[in-house]
Amino acid sequence: MLERLRYRLRYISGTDIALWIVAALLLTMIVVGSYNILTEGRYTGRQWLDFVISGLAQGSIYALIALGYTMVYGILFMINFAHGEVFMSGPFTAYFLAEYLKQKGMFQSHPLLALLLVMLLSMLVSTVIAVSLERLAYRPLRGAPRLVPLITAIGASFFLQYTFRGLYTPGFKAYPEVEPLKGTWVFFPNSLHLEIERMLIAVFVSSVLLLILLYAFVQFTKTGRAIRAVAEDQQAAALMGVDVDHTISVTFAVGGAAAGAAGVFYALMFRQVNYFMGFFPGLKAFTAAVLGGIGNLPGAMLGGLFLGVFESVGPSLFLEGLGVPAAYQLKDAIAFTMLVLFLIFRPTGILGERLAKRA
Amino acid sequence: MKKRWFVFMALVLAAVAVGLVACKPKPKFECTDPKGCVEIKPGEPIRVAAALVYSGGAASYGIDSKRGIEIAIDDLGGELLGHPIELVAEDTQCNPEGGQAVAQKLAADKTIVGVIGTTCSSAAKNAAPILSEAGIVMISPSNTAPYLTDPATRAPFYFRTAHNDKVQGKVAAEFAYNELGVRKAATIHDGSVYAEQLAAVFAEVFQQLGGEVVSQEAINVGDTDMRPVLTTIAAKGPDIIYFPIFNPEGPLIAAQSKEVEGLEDVKLMGADGLFSKEFIEVAGEAAVGVYLSSPDFTAFNPERYEEFIKKHEEKYGEKPISAFHAHAYDAMMMLAEAIKKAAVVMEDGTIYIPRTALRDAVAATKDFQGVTGNLTCDANGDCADPHIAVYQITSATEWDTTDPNKSPVKVWPK
Repeated sequence: MLERLRYRLRYISGTDIALWIVAALLLTMIVVGSYNILTEGRYTGRQWLDFVISGLAQGSIYALIALGYTMVYGILFMINFAHGEVFMSGPFTAYFLAEYLKQKGMFQSHPLLALLLVMLLSMLVSTVIAVSLERLAYRPLRGAPRLVPLITAIGASFFLQYTFRGLYTPGFKAYPEVEPLKGTWVFFPNSLHLEIERMLIAVFVSSVLLLILLYAFVQFTKTGRAIRAVAEDQQAAALMGVDVDHTISVTFAVGGAAAGAAGVFYALMFRQVNYFMGFFPGLKAFTAAVLGGIGNLPGAMLGGLFLGVFESVGPSLFLEGLGVPAAYQLKDAIAFTMLVLFLIFRPTGILGERLAKRA
Repeated sequence: MKKRWFVFMALVLAAVAVGLVACKPKPKFECTDPKGCVEIKPGEPIRVAAALVYSGGAASYGIDSKRGIEIAIDDLGGELLGHPIELVAEDTQCNPEGGQAVAQKLAADKTIVGVIGTTCSSAAKNAAPILSEAGIVMISPSNTAPYLTDPATRAPFYFRTAHNDKVQGKVAAEFAYNELGVRKAATIHDGSVYAEQLAAVFAEVFQQLGGEVVSQEAINVGDTDMRPVLTTIAAKGPDIIYFPIFNPEGPLIAAQSKEVEGLEDVKLMGADGLFSKEFIEVAGEAAVGVYLSSPDFTAFNPERYEEFIKKHEEKYGEKPISAFHAHAYDAMMMLAEAIKKAAVVMEDGTIYIPRTALRDAVAATKDFQGVTGNLTCDANGDCADPHIAVYQITSATEWDTTDPNKSPVKVWPK
């Protein structure tokens, strides 16, 4: 025991020490800030709960997008930076269906059925885009060094953005409102009187259901087993009779479908779509995937939710406590600082990069 | 040997001199302007850039202004001093980087005579110094940030026909304090020079009037989840939230504030950056009741504005979609007027436009009868005849700025 400690101590460099000091400082800031704000009692418990709930809804969307990043990484060891555009393509296309249904009055008479149709179209478009992306842009480069598909992905991201900008005009479009999801639901009306927006609950619950469904798909179906086998060892899987190309296509399809669904949730929650809408959520979802441990399915879900809540609570909790004015503006800085810290101190993420058992 | 070489050189020099004299046009124009001159040969167009926003959340402002310029060019008969006017559209987007990129492109193009733009103050912040350095006159139809015409920071070739936000912020604060009778205000800006300064002017005047500014928050352009920042604001219990930002962040604040506990009855107020149809498209029913300040259309020259609206409807099949079409029209007309004054016309139809002289001609604009009123440029480049009104949105579907009684309804000044 002691022997090992001494061994490790000998290999600690100056950089390590500096990094640990930075981490300690940041942690102290978080603790001091939180302590200040909590003792000051500026926010009621109810308000903290509001922060957490909106964070969870936002986080579940991150989680759905992060799934696509993590599954593709698990199987190909590449970051598909065009995934944000896969996320954008579905809801942007489905907007036109939504608008048509709204004009035909279907959004008013059968809102949930209309929503389902919009959702299906969005998932279909995102799936098609994701699969063709793999087939046209990534498969020809499969044997190439790792940097090559990464740069291709960034190129594909721009290509898709500007294609959709050309197709559907550069302005943003407003999604129709869904009547049954407007307003709030009250929980425990007698004791707690918890009033929560219906939209947030709907987004959170359906995202979590989808996540569970996807997890079950990967864990308990034959195709899912093939995905895991290819992720573990492509060549061995091929020798065992797994069709590697097909499996990779399926992986992209599943990630695309999840992104398409996330896109509709996003469009409903914020009522707007445009060609650039995938950029920031894409980056955040990538952050979430790394936080949870890239290549790890439950990790992506956990990372997404964690990031959503952290972003929502963080500015008020510790930045305001430190006296930072207009703290909310720094929420992206919080998210990306966290990404950097995780990359330095725990590159394998919260749950660890369980490459072999993952996906 | 040496002598022969000398004779040879003398012969060469003489030949060159004779050649020069022979090729020289009879009345030669000599450009003495420190920033150079634009030479436009017969048949060549006068190139004016419309460096506005054509994509993203503020696109309707750029398109609205571009239509104003196009109508102005139609009214000029499409030509100036016998040269056709060519409009070069460049998308500056609504950020400093976009403004910088377009300004650099235009500065490198020696044929550009003047620039109408930019739409957003943040784009102008970077574009104005670059264009001024290149000697290109820039007239913005919709920049309103005080920074741009502050004597300490103003770029010498910069002008605007839109109001200065020192005026707009003051009107907004006075309206909130005196007319709405609110005493506690919260402000939200988005980090852009426009929103930050406008929110600051509002807060300053509101405090001077005796009100209290309980919270000064900020969001980022591109943010979609406003619930956390609204919850933060709700904890301070304001009566009014002033958010002079852009679409789509503004309507998202309006829509999500309805769902944050403690903000059910808070009054919402934005500024001209939100004064477009897109606001009601994204905010939906939550838009009803929101106050927005904007140029006062009833203070425009009534006959000329009516005529303008008629042409607009004929040409584009709809009413103006935002607030700065008439300002753009005036900007183009002002530029045309200045070009006429500054240009040197040669016998063969070639014209030379000395850049500094053009700038001075714009700066000398006085009592210019525009659609938006009587324009006079002050020493800092503010040329507007500023009249600000406060409008209230009363319908989630209708948007008509040409009739003060239709949504948005003019509520102040009475």
